[in-house]
Amino acid sequence: MKAEQNRVLNSQEIMRRISTASKPIVSGVEEKDVEHWVTIYIMGKGYKVPADLTILTAIEYAGYKFIRGCGCRQGFCGACGTIYRKKGEYKLRTGMACQTRVEDGMYLVQIPFTPAVKPSYDLNKEEYAVSTVFKYYPEVARCVSCNTCTKACPQGLQVMDYVQAAIKGDFKAVAEESFDCIQCGLCALRCPSEIVQYNVAQLVRRMYGKFGTGPVPAYVTKRIKEIAEGKFKEDMDRLTKLSKQELEKLYSERKRESEYKETKDSD
Amino acid sequence: MAELKYIEGYPEYMYQLIQRVHETREKRKTFEFPAMTKEEQEEILNQLHPDNISGGNREISIGPNKGEMAVNQIVDLLEAYPLIEEGEVDLTHVDYTPDIMIIGGGLAGTTASIWANVQGVPNDKILLVNKLRHGDANSIMAEGGTQAADREVDSVQRHFLDTMGGGHFTNKPDVVRALVEDAPLIMNWLHELGAMLDREENGDFVEKWGGGTSIKRLHSCRDYTGLEEFRVIRDEFRSREIECIEHFPVVELLTDGKGRVSGAILYNLETGEYKVVQAKATILATGGFGRLHIRGFPTTNHYGATADGLVLAYRAGARLRDVDTVQYHPTGAAYPLQIIGYLLTEKLRTSGAQPVNIDGEAFVYPLETRDVEMSAIIRECYVRNKGITTPTGLIGVWLDTPMIEVKNGQGYIDKAFPGMRRMFSRYNIDMRKNPVLVFPTLHYQNGGVETDPWGHSTLEGLWLAGEVSGGVHGKNRLMGNSTLDTMVFGRRSGISAAEYVKSGKDFAALSLEHTKRYVKMLGEAGIGPQRRSPMLLPEYRGKAALARMIDVF
Repeated sequence: MKAEQNRVLNSQEIMRRISTASKPIVSGVEEKDVEHWVTIYIMGKGYKVPADLTILTAIEYAGYKFIRGCGCRQGFCGACGTIYRKKGEYKLRTGMACQTRVEDGMYLVQIPFTPAVKPSYDLNKEEYAVSTVFKYYPEVARCVSCNTCTKACPQGLQVMDYVQAAIKGDFKAVAEESFDCIQCGLCALRCPSEIVQYNVAQLVRRMYGKFGTGPVPAYVTKRIKEIAEGKFKEDMDRLTKLSKQELEKLYSERKRESEYKETKDSD
Repeated sequence: MAELKYIEGYPEYMYQLIQRVHETREKRKTFEFPAMTKEEQEEILNQLHPDNISGGNREISIGPNKGEMAVNQIVDLLEAYPLIEEGEVDLTHVDYTPDIMIIGGGLAGTTASIWANVQGVPNDKILLVNKLRHGDANSIMAEGGTQAADREVDSVQRHFLDTMGGGHFTNKPDVVRALVEDAPLIMNWLHELGAMLDREENGDFVEKWGGGTSIKRLHSCRDYTGLEEFRVIRDEFRSREIECIEHFPVVELLTDGKGRVSGAILYNLETGEYKVVQAKATILATGGFGRLHIRGFPTTNHYGATADGLVLAYRAGARLRDVDTVQYHPTGAAYPLQIIGYLLTEKLRTSGAQPVNIDGEAFVYPLETRDVEMSAIIRECYVRNKGITTPTGLIGVWLDTPMIEVKNGQGYIDKAFPGMRRMFSRYNIDMRKNPVLVFPTLHYQNGGVETDPWGHSTLEGLWLAGEVSGGVHGKNRLMGNSTLDTMVFGRRSGISAAEYVKSGKDFAALSLEHTKRYVKMLGEAGIGPQRRSPMLLPEYRGKAALARMIDVF
C-alpha cells in the first residue's frame, strides 16, 4: 500500500515537471526569464519582444489577440502570410509568421486574405489539356517571367517555373513543383500580371491527380465491389457481436504482415 | 549565462551528445527493439500515461453524463455559463434558413457539405459556418496518412481488429465497421477528385505501416497528406459554390425545447454582431481540444481547437463518451523552442527512425500504439533519467531520422518528408544528417459527442463528423484513422442529413429553452458564473501586456 502511494506521488511529480518545462510554450514566456530582446514594428508601431519568438508569438506577446492571420500555427495552412522589411534595407521579404523567427528591426504587416479568382469547374467534364488552363485562367499568358512570385514564396517553391510549365501543358512538372504549396496567396499579391498562381496550380494538380497518375489500382475497385456485394458481411456481422474477451483473443493472435506472408509462401 | 555556441543548429553540448547517436547507428540498423508484451504495456500505461495519473480527471456534476469522469479542462467548460444571456438575442429575426447547416470547415465538415449536395440538396440550401477561415483545422496538418484495407493481402476484418485493439476494445463496433467498410471507397473518391496519392512504380498506392497496425495500410501524399486531401476537397466545395461564411463561430445551438436541434446563434468575431440560423438539419464538425493544453502539454493542434462542439452539443442535451482520455502524440518537436509541440509524423518511425536515449540506445519498439510509445518516452526521460535536456529545461529523446536514409536510401527524406525537412532547416537543423529531439505532445480528442454509424447524435436534428464525435476510436485512436474518420463520417452524415431533409422534415421552432434549463442545473449544483463557454480562442497574449489592458470603448 505504501509502495502504491509512492508510485502515485512519483507519477504526479513527473506530470508536474512536464507541465513546468512546457510553460513558456503553453502560457507564454515570463519577462524575467528573457535574456535577449529585439524590437519589431507591427504595422509601424514598435514593440520590444523576446528574441526567441516567432513573428506570430511575438505579436501575441505584444498584446494582440489574433482573429485573422493565425490558423494552424505550424506552417501548413497559409493563414499567416507576412510581408516585412528590415531596417536599412530596401528589400521586401515574405514569410509565414508562425515559421519565421523575429529579428531586430523588422517592419511587419500580415496578409490574412487574398482576393483571388477561383472559377467553378467539374473535372469530369474538362479536357485533360492545356486548353483547360487557358479556359479558366487566361491570364497565365500574361506571365512576364519576372520571378517575383518565386521570390515571394515562403515555401521556397519555383513558382514562376510551374506557371511556365502550366503554359506549356507540362502538368507533371506543375504538380510536382507546386505540391508543397500552402496557398497563402503571397505570390498572387506580388504578381504584376495578376495571375493567381496557387489556384492555377490547384486546378492542374487535380487534373494531374485524376488523369495523369494512372487509374485507381484495380485492387481498390475490386475491394469496393466485394464490400458492396456483401462478401464480408457474415464475418463482420459476427465480429461486431463478439465480446471483449473474444475480440482480445483474436487481436492478440493476429499475425503481422511479414509473418502472414511467410505462412502464405510456405503454403 | 554565457552565450551558447551553436553547431549545425544545436547548442554545442547537444551536438556533442548527438555523436553518440551516430556511433550506435550501425549497430541499431539491424537491431529491432522488441515490442512489449500485453502485461508490459498495461504496466507502463498504468504507471505513466497521463490519463491514468490522478489529478487530470474529475466527475461531471450535471447533464446527460452526470457522474462520469472527464478531463478537468472539459469539465471546466461544461460546468460554465453560456456566452449569451437570456433576452440578449432576438430569435424572431432569422438571418439564414438553410436546409442543412454544417459547423466547422475541416475535412469532415467540407466532406459533409459536398455529399449533402451530391445527394440532391441545392448548394444555396447548404451553409458551412467557420469559426476561423475555411480550412483552419487540424485536418490540413495531418501528415502521416489515411488507412484503407484495399490490398488483396489485407481485409476489412483486419482493419476492424486493429482499430478495436488500438482503442482497447472500447470503440463502438458498429461505428468501426462503418469506418473500415467505407475506407476503400474513400480512397477511390479522393482519386476521383484528383488527390495526388503516393504511388509505386507499378501504379499501386504506396502503403506504409502505422503504429498499432498489423499490416501496411497507410496511404499518403508525401508528408502533406491532410493538406492535399483538404485542398482538393475544398476546391471541389468551392466549385460547387456551396455557401460558406468565415470568422463566424457558433456560440450556442438552438433547439425546439423538446430535444430537436433547430439552428444556431453565430457571432461575428470582428464586429461583435450576432446572426440567427434556422436549419432543418445540423452537422457538428468542430474538431478537437488541443488548445486546452490538458495537463500542461504543448499541442499539435490548430489555433481554434478549443472543444466548442462538446459544449454546444452537451448543453443541447447530447451525450458524450470517452472524454476521460487524451491522445498524446509520442513525437512532438522538443527543440528548438519555436517549434515545441509540433507534430513529427509517425511515418518517420514507420520509415525507420528510432527513438534513442542520451546514450544512443534504442529503448522502445518504434511502432507501439501511441499511448504506449508516449509512456515509454516519458519513462526514459523522467524515470530512467536518460533524456536530453534543452537550454529551456525541456527534456526529450532523440528521434534518429538519419536512419531513414540508411534504410531507404539517400534522397528519401527529401521525397517523403519535404514538410518536416523544411521546418527544421528554418532553424539550421538538417534532419537527414542529425537526429531531432522529441517529446510527447497533446494531439487528439479520442472521445466526444456520442455518434452512431450514420453520424447521428443522441438528439434529433444533430449529426456529427470527425474529431468532435465519440465512439469511433474508443479510448485511443490509431494512426491513419482520423483523416479516414473525417471523410467516412463526413460523407455519411452529409448523406443522412440530406435524406432527413428530403423526407419532408420542416424547420422546427427556435428557442434557448435548453440553455435556460442548463443554467438552472448549474445553479442547483452550486456552480457560480465565474466560467463561461464555449472558449472560441485560447489566450496567448503576453502577460505583461494583459496586465495593463483597460477597456475604453
